[in-house]
Parts: sequence; structure tokens; C-alpha cells
Amino acid sequence: MLLIKCPWCGERDMVEFTHGGDATKVYPKDPNATTSEEWHDFIYLRENPCGEHVEYWHHVAGCRQWLKVRRDTTTHDILTTAPADGDLDT
Amino acid sequence: MTGQPWRLENGGHIDRSCSLSFAFDGKIMEGHPGDTLASALLANGTHLVGRSFKYHRPRGIFSAGVEEPNALVELRTGNRQEPNSLATTTELFDGLEASSQNRWPNLRFDFSQANGALSRFLPAGFYYKTFMWPANLWLTYEHFIRKAAGMGIASRESDPDRYESRSAHCDVLVVGGGPAGLTAAMTAAEIGERVIVLEQAPHFGGWLRREKRTIDGSPAMDWVDAVSTRLSAMADVRVLTRTSAFGYYDHNMITAVERVQDHVPKSDPFLPRQRLWSIRAKRVVLATGAVEQPIAFPENDRPGVMLAGAARTYINEYGVLPGRMAVLQTNNDNAYRSAIDLLDAGARVTAVLDVRDHVDGHLPNQVRDRGVPILQGYGVVETKGYFAIRQVLARPLVGGPVRRYDCDLLCVSGGWAPQVHLHSQSGGKVVFDAEKGCFLPSEARQNCVSIGSAAGLFTLKDCLKGANGDDVPEQAIKPTWSLPNAPGRHGKRFVDFQDDVTAEDVALAHREGYVSVEHLKRYTTLGMGTDQGKTSNVIGLAIMAKLKGQNIPAVGTTKFRPPYTAVSMGAMAGRAVGHHFQPLRRSPMDNWHHDNGCKWVDAGLWRRPHFYTRPGEDVNSAALREGRTVRAGVGIVDVSTLGKIDIQGPDAAELLNRIYVNGWKKLAVGKARYGVMLREDGMAYDDGTTSRLSENHFIMTTTTANAGPVLAKLEYYLQAVWPELRVQVACVTDQYAAIAVAGPKSRDVMQRLIDLDISNDAFPFMAAAPCCFAGIAGARLFRISFSGELAYEINVPADYGQAAWNALLETGREDGVGVYGIEAMSAFRIEKGHVAGPEINGQTTIGDLGLGGLQSEQKHNIGKSLAIREGLIDPARPAVVGLVPVDGKTWIKAGAQLVENPDAPPPVAMLGHVTSIAYSGELNHPIALALLSGGKERAGEELYAAFPLRNEAVRVRVVSPHFVDPDGERMRV
Repeated sequence: MLLIKCPWCGERDMVEFTHGGDATKVYPKDPNATTSEEWHDFIYLRENPCGEHVEYWHHVAGCRQWLKVRRDTTTHDILTTAPADGDLDT
Repeated sequence: MTGQPWRLENGGHIDRSCSLSFAFDGKIMEGHPGDTLASALLANGTHLVGRSFKYHRPRGIFSAGVEEPNALVELRTGNRQEPNSLATTTELFDGLEASSQNRWPNLRFDFSQANGALSRFLPAGFYYKTFMWPANLWLTYEHFIRKAAGMGIASRESDPDRYESRSAHCDVLVVGGGPAGLTAAMTAAEIGERVIVLEQAPHFGGWLRREKRTIDGSPAMDWVDAVSTRLSAMADVRVLTRTSAFGYYDHNMITAVERVQDHVPKSDPFLPRQRLWSIRAKRVVLATGAVEQPIAFPENDRPGVMLAGAARTYINEYGVLPGRMAVLQTNNDNAYRSAIDLLDAGARVTAVLDVRDHVDGHLPNQVRDRGVPILQGYGVVETKGYFAIRQVLARPLVGGPVRRYDCDLLCVSGGWAPQVHLHSQSGGKVVFDAEKGCFLPSEARQNCVSIGSAAGLFTLKDCLKGANGDDVPEQAIKPTWSLPNAPGRHGKRFVDFQDDVTAEDVALAHREGYVSVEHLKRYTTLGMGTDQGKTSNVIGLAIMAKLKGQNIPAVGTTKFRPPYTAVSMGAMAGRAVGHHFQPLRRSPMDNWHHDNGCKWVDAGLWRRPHFYTRPGEDVNSAALREGRTVRAGVGIVDVSTLGKIDIQGPDAAELLNRIYVNGWKKLAVGKARYGVMLREDGMAYDDGTTSRLSENHFIMTTTTANAGPVLAKLEYYLQAVWPELRVQVACVTDQYAAIAVAGPKSRDVMQRLIDLDISNDAFPFMAAAPCCFAGIAGARLFRISFSGELAYEINVPADYGQAAWNALLETGREDGVGVYGIEAMSAFRIEKGHVAGPEINGQTTIGDLGLGGLQSEQKHNIGKSLAIREGLIDPARPAVVGLVPVDGKTWIKAGAQLVENPDAPPPVAMLGHVTSIAYSGELNHPIALALLSGGKERAGEELYAAFPLRNEAVRVRVVSPHFVDPDGERMRV
């Protein structure tokens, strides 16, 4: 049972959140100039890292804000969190 | 009534002034407050309490705690019957009913004891090997195997008790209320920390209750009482007894179950039976103690064989003599305490068998001085007795003549295993200490520390602070896991009593290549019982290590997993049972539907009216009647469950442009538009109408099922992808009641209730406007039609939903207004060829759905780029078509496969499948929608809708999906 620090609400239990997938994937800035290979990469290709990973979580049963979370997939440590359009501390 | 012949005159923490009556297998016995079921049974001379799992061998009480592998009983009767309860931890109360399990017809004569005689044919993996072929008979075998092997029987009635869950937070959580735990709790409490202390037993003290020890010269329990009383009185300290911490999860969350009322004869209805605690702690102190380990010697499972520590527990804690003539098998000094306590209680100790060659410790010498022979370098090679042990055969480990000792109790001690379960669950590592012969907690993964005997520190000096215990020096233990059979003998050496796993089974697993501990566990079921292998895991892997010629650390351990001790399903469920299992969403008009004969259908968490019954009607005839009322006049349906998302801001139209496939910038204020959105991968996702209420204000509707997910997606795009868009979105589904009013007379009825001119010129098809409806301010009117008829949808603030509904029924009475449910509504949309969930199934594109023309070429939207991939624009893709039965009357089954010839030998080419079915009141025959490969080109073809599960095949003709009013004239009048 993870404790996730929402940038707006503070540390909250993971039951208030839903996992939103890989946040290292950036939505193509200019969709019309995006090649099909780039779309394929954005939609389908995901790393499955053993260790630190950046992912989206949605504080769906709280403030309904999306956040970026740096999580260690082997230990479940939550290293840093930030708003969805913000930058994570490294 | 036989009295309690094995009860001691003095001693123990029991109340002899009060007698409690209980029944075991129907026999009435007596015990005292403070007893467990096990101690009371022993006081009455009952060792035999069960039959083993596989061989049905008689088994007795083996321990005095949570590690008990044998004494599993069924407690209580009727709807409170609970199987697999530990007699050793069940507190006795007046009127307790318990029965032995895994025997038939009774404990002394058990039909399946023949399994014991057949045991050489029932090795580990026997069931896997024997009953796998032929595979189709497994179901038959399984029935008999389960019957033979089962544990206790649970009640089939619903649980009458109430369970609660609670959350708590603290600075320091101490698990275990023995000397180390109490010392740690007091230390933390004294510096002002918020402390929670959990003790699984009814009382604090741990092993101090079970031995005659002194602290600072006084009985150790005086110290326990003083410390626990002080702790209980402190403001920031919560002490919980009868509370077992069973799980250690991420981020220092510990779960524990508090048995609030398991020990009382008559439960208080205002208290829960058990309470599940979820505790978040800054730091966790694991003072979980240690469990004594046995040694696997031949025939080591007879009733009367008992852990040495358990024997002195029954004497010191419960005032019960577990035997009058005892033999002790040990590899350590500590076990000699049991010999001393047995002697003090008046028993004879006929011999101590010690595997060590030179025994000269403080405790052994006390025993020796009292005339008990200590046989050095000796081990048990056999035991005699069936329902109770009566003789031990021992011989030197190096070989030599066998000696026989009569006894009624065989105490065994192989040393102590620190309870590292919670430490391991938390992600901490364990290391094997070859000197102490046990696994110790090492590096912790979370903010926790193990102390006292949980950390392998077994003396009082290691546990106490500022007080002095009566430790005595002890000689080193000689780690010993199993003793050999005498030459030519094949006595079973049980490693795991509960699962009937023997040392020979471990050897078999080794021979067959199941040498990793994880394979060993699964192949032999070692350690997979309710006791989680507390007295068997280490022995099992030590035997495997020896067979592999490796040391124990090289073999490793299996991962410890929750729960440490068994937890009832009720505690896990808590209050989330029955109606409380999940929330029920009700429309504002729910009560009316209920009172007017509606049959419900679940739609996610919502319940919606399926149809309204009248005598003699089934779902089809009711829906047909409801539909005809609409087609002929006017009907109303509750559509409050559709998702409603309020979208506001200067960039609202831009957001919609990016979300939907069609364009939104040119939508005039006061107009609604149908929109479809795609997933990123180009597949159709959801549809609905969205209306422009003002320049910067839209109201979006979604399907009932996707209301939540669509909102979450909008929030994602606005917050993560396009934060520059000046738009806010909010869910207003629950803020509005929504009613669709459909039928040729709908305008007449609506006009009488509304403050707008809603003539066709003033309020044409797809108009939208705020209004006052039936005196209700803040309403919104939309001229949209799901039914294909002239129709309106009125939204009013949710609190006025029933008022609006009543007004429509009242005002529409002269026009014959009717109500309809979603079965009739669904028939309308199938007649119109409107796609819904069965067609927008995540595998279809807007082209497949016949909605390809909506895609705007002027802008980009989510999924547009990927929707034009080769495979998604293939003309052979399935497309939505209509089907009618060729005979004009046979129903087509939803889910049926479309084939050209159902009788062709397999494999038969599947051309598509039936998605939605209805009976068309307009056409007077069944109709269906289907996804058919190359569907548009197949109009007029005849196929079969095959349903092989029922051996049915209906001949169908492919037609346009727009069965009724294909040009949509009716809704535009």
C-alpha cells in the first residue's frame, strides 16, 4: 500500500489514485508532422524498467489532478512527484 | 463429568474458582478462565485432537501457540461454524463447542486411516502424477480427492457477525508484547512518541508467562504487569491485545486483526466480532519472538509428542501437566527448563536424549542432579503407541544398542527460530546463522528493526533495559534437523505435520529434480498449510541442503508472505458486504420506478429501469407495449445516468475539436451536435451529443459506462498534454436529472410545460436552450432523439427530477403518455441502426460503424493519425449491418457467428457476429445488428447466424441497419 505525495494534497494512500501509465512518453507536439513510426512508438512501445520509472498517476478520488511520479519498480519507493505538466526533481 | 485429572493443584494464570463447561466432539468437559481449548483438553487428558491431512494419522496437541500444525478444530455450530481454528490459541469460554475434523465417522475410527497403510503408494506428487490422465476424468477424481483431503467444513450460512476496519497512524508500532516489545514501547512512550503496541495473545508477557523467571528478584510477571499497566495509562499509547499483526506492506503499513469478541460466550451486538487494523507507522519495532523448532525423527507425530517449550507452557501458564512420564529429546540447554518444570510439577522424566556429545551446562546439570539420566549423543529411532505415545526407542547417533523408555510424553526441542516473517514481508533480508542454527533478520528494507528473540537475542539481558533478569549461561546448541532411522527401519519422519510431508518426500523431490526451495515447496506442499510452515520450513530446506551437499544459506528460503496467521474472510470484508459491497447509484426518480413495477438492470454502479411489468408480461412483451406507446403517442424514459460533463473556457471549442472526430468551432450557440471520440490508437471510443450553451460553455454527454473514464481522459489531456488550453471540465452527472420525451405527441406535451416556443421553426431538430420547465428554473431543453421519433431531452436540477417526471405524467395523461425502460429504448436504437456498446466494442473504427463521414479533414484529433492505418481502412473489415430472419419470425441470438454454411466441416470461416438483437414493434419481426466482414457489399445476401452451443442456426438476410425511417424524417417534423 503505497503512500503517494500529491503536490496539492500531501501524502495520500494509493487507493485514492489510479495508475495512468508511462509518463516518459510525450504526446507529439505537432500531430500532423508526426511519422507513423513516431506514433507507433508513442502508442505502443513501453520500457519495463527494473528500477526508477516515471509514470502518471491520477488523484481520481481526491483533487482529480494528474501527477508525475518517479517510482522504483523494484522497491516501490516513491522518489519524487510533480504536477503532470511540471518537471520532476532528479 | 470426569473432573480435570491432569490439572495441577497450583500455578498457572488461570482462575480455578470458576469452571467453564465446553464440548469436544460432543463430550462435555470443564476448564477454567485463562485456558485455551488445548490446555483445557489436556487438563481432561485429551491429547488426540485430529487426523492428519493425507494419511489420516492420529495427531495430538503439538505446541501452545500460533505455530500449531495439528490441533485444528471446527469451532461453534450453525452459521458461526468456523473450520481450521487453532485449539492452542482459542480462548476457552463457557459453552464453547468444538469438534475434530478430517475424520469420518469419528476420531478413533477413521475410514481413511487406510491411507496410512497405503502410504508407500502416496508419495509427494502422487496426485499430480496419477490423476493427470486422462484429463477429462480430472473432474471426477477431484471430487473424491477433495472429499478425502479436505480440512474443516465452513458454514454454508451467511455470517451473522459484524466486522469492522480501522486505520491508525503512529510514530512507533511495536509488534509483540513480550519483554523486548514492552521495553521498546516504554522507551518510545517515555520520550513522547505516539506508540501502538500489538500483542496476539490475550495478555502481555510473551514467554515470561510461560516460564518461572524473575526480574530484579521478583516474579517476572510483576514486571510485566507494572509496565503494561503504565503503558495503558499513557495518553499517546494504544495497547491492543488479542491483535495479530499478519501483514507488512509497502511504506510501513501493517495490517492486524483484533479479535474483539471471539472469546465471549454471548456477543455484544454493539461490538464487532473482529476488527481489521491498517496501521501506518513511522517506525516499526518487530518484537515477534521465536518459535521452537522440532527435530524430525522416525514416527515423530504420535499424540503425546510435543515441543519442549509447549510442555512447560502448559505447566506454567495453564497449570496443566501434559504428561506424567516424560522423555526429552534436545540439542540445546534451554529445553532442560521443561525437564525441570516437569519434575517440579511432579512428573517423572525417564531420560533426556541430547544429540550433543558433552553436556555440562548449568540447566542440564540441575536435571542430572535430580537423578535424571542424560544420554549424550543419543537420538530417537522409533516411537510406539497409536492413539498415544507409550514408548521411545533411542540409540547412539554413532550406532549402538537401542534403549527403550516408557513414557506418555515426548518433549522435543531443536532450538528456536526467530519469527522473521514480518521482517521478510517488508522486503528485509534474512541470513542463516550457523552457530545459532536459525535464520536472523538482516538488512531491513523499510524503517523497521527487529529486537529480542525475533533478532536471535534470546536472553533477558538482550530484551530488558534498566531491569535485570535471571539469565543463566547456556552451552552452545548443536543444530540438528533430522535423525536417521535405525538400520533396516523405515519409520516416517514428519517434517510438515499439517501437510503430511516427510523427510522421505523431501528426498523424493530431490531425486526428481525439484531442488530449488520454491519447487520443493510446491511439489511436496511443504509449508503450505495454515501454519505457514512455522515448525517445518527450516527443517525441510536443511534436509534439502544436506541432500544437495550444500549449506543452508546456499539453498535459501522461500519468501514469507502474508498472512502470518490465518485471518477470517469476514475481517477482510469488513463492512463491505451485502448492500455495502459497492455503492449503488440511483437516479433521482429511482423511488418512482421502484413503486411502479420496474424491473432493474445493472449499468455499472447504477441501476436503471429495464422495463415496467404488468400482469402476464415478460420482458419482450412489456418492452413491445412500452415501445408502441411511444411510436403511437408519447413516452418518457429516465436517462439521468448518461454522463454529463460541463466544459467551460475560451478554448472549450478547441478542446472538443481535439477530442471528437468532427468539428465544433462552427457550432452555433443553442445547438447540439452528435460527436464521436477515438482512442489514441484510432479505434472508436465513446459517443454522445454535446451542446453549446454559450460562446465558451458546452455540456458534453457520454455513455453511462464511460462517464468516469471520459472525464479522466479530458483531465489528462488538459493537465498533462495541453496545459495551455484555457478550459475547465467538471462532472455534473449527479447534478441533473434527465428525461427523454419521445413520440409524435411529445411536442404537444412539452409545450404545455415549458416557457419557450418549441414549434419546429422556433426550436428545430438539434436545438438546445436553457429554460424553465414545469416551474423548475435552471432547466435545459435539447431537441435530440435516440428513439428516431420527434423527441426532446429535458434536464432539470437533480432535486427536481421527480417533480419534472410527475409533471410530464400528469400533463401527458390526456395524450396517453407512457413510461419506457431501456429494453424498449434499446429496441428503438436497433431499429434506427444507432450503434452502442456492443458495436463500439474497442475493436471497431468509425468506418466500421458507418460513421466515417463524421471525420473532419480540417483539423487533427485524438486517434486520427492512427485511424488511417492500412489495417483499419481495409474494405474487408467488419461493418455494421442489419439482419432479419428469412422466415420472418425466428429470434436471432446475440453473439451468434455469421457463416455461409453451418453444416460445413470445420474449420468454418467466421464472417462476423451478431451484436444486438430486438423485436421490432414497427416491423413486427425480430431484427438484429451485426458486424459482418465486408458488410456493406453483402446487402441482400443470405447467411446463417450459428450458435453451436445450442446447436442452432438461423437463416438471416443482410439488410441496411436502418430498419425504420432511414432518412430520419420523423425526428425533424
